[in-house]
Amino acid sequence: MSIDWQHFTPWTSLGGGILIGIAAGLLILTSDRILGVSGILGGLFKPRPGDAGWRVLFVLGLFLAALAWRSLAALQAPPIGTNSAVLAVAGVLVGFGTRLGSGCTSGHGVCGLSRLSPRSLVATALFMLAGFITVFVTRHVIG
Amino acid sequence: MIPVFSFLAGLIFGTGLCLSGMIQQSKVLGFLDLAGRWDPSLAFVMGGAISIGLVVFSIVGRRTATLANNASEISLKRGIDRRLVTGSLIFGVGWGLSGICPGPGIALLAFGSSQAITFVVAMLAGMLIFELTGQFREATTQDKAIEDY
Repeated sequence: MSIDWQHFTPWTSLGGGILIGIAAGLLILTSDRILGVSGILGGLFKPRPGDAGWRVLFVLGLFLAALAWRSLAALQAPPIGTNSAVLAVAGVLVGFGTRLGSGCTSGHGVCGLSRLSPRSLVATALFMLAGFITVFVTRHVIG
Repeated sequence: MIPVFSFLAGLIFGTGLCLSGMIQQSKVLGFLDLAGRWDPSLAFVMGGAISIGLVVFSIVGRRTATLANNASEISLKRGIDRRLVTGSLIFGVGWGLSGICPGPGIALLAFGSSQAITFVVAMLAGMLIFELTGQFREATTQDKAIEDY
């Protein structure tokens, strides 16, 4: 392993992470809701009365923040160098897998680990392991 | 529930995703590429978020009343079951193929690329498949339709 110093961004990544933590704290302290994006989106597929509004508003806020970032800070869109067929397969796996596993990077990886949940620790370890193996295969075995 | 806080949380979260580099496929895949030139940035994102989260959730664990008085969704106790393991592994493969997880997927829509739209539509389709296959799953496993997040 060698560190990619050229692309390593410790300070902006730490700062962004702190903002993510603050957002999760705000949602749980004011609304008793866990900031887990897959759960927030998934809940919209079987809406209970009075339970859809906060989900839509959260997603809207997320989208508008990125829109503001695009106009104020980003010089160009982050490139996605993966072909559409692979992206479509990956999207289905991410959508289905996060719902089956009851959480994604934000729900298990941030909130669950912060709650010291053993389930989230296992989930995070497994999706990271699967990610490491997948990238190893795509970049170093068949890549 | 006070809806403005949910919107505000979305705004702060989205800003955090953009600032941290999580919306850059290259940074996420760079983190997952242990055998190549490794970009450790994502560990700093997790570290920053969890350092705040540990403080917040220790307060959450100790408080006796809540501001919103919603039914708590986080006191559920479940063991580590096959559903958690299988789902997390499937998610990890998709994450490794794309470098995009659900939050950054939504954020990338704001940048308007057709690839982001492809990913998000496919992700929502995957979630729909999950809902549509629920009956089959509940008949074959001890799934109780309880979810963490």
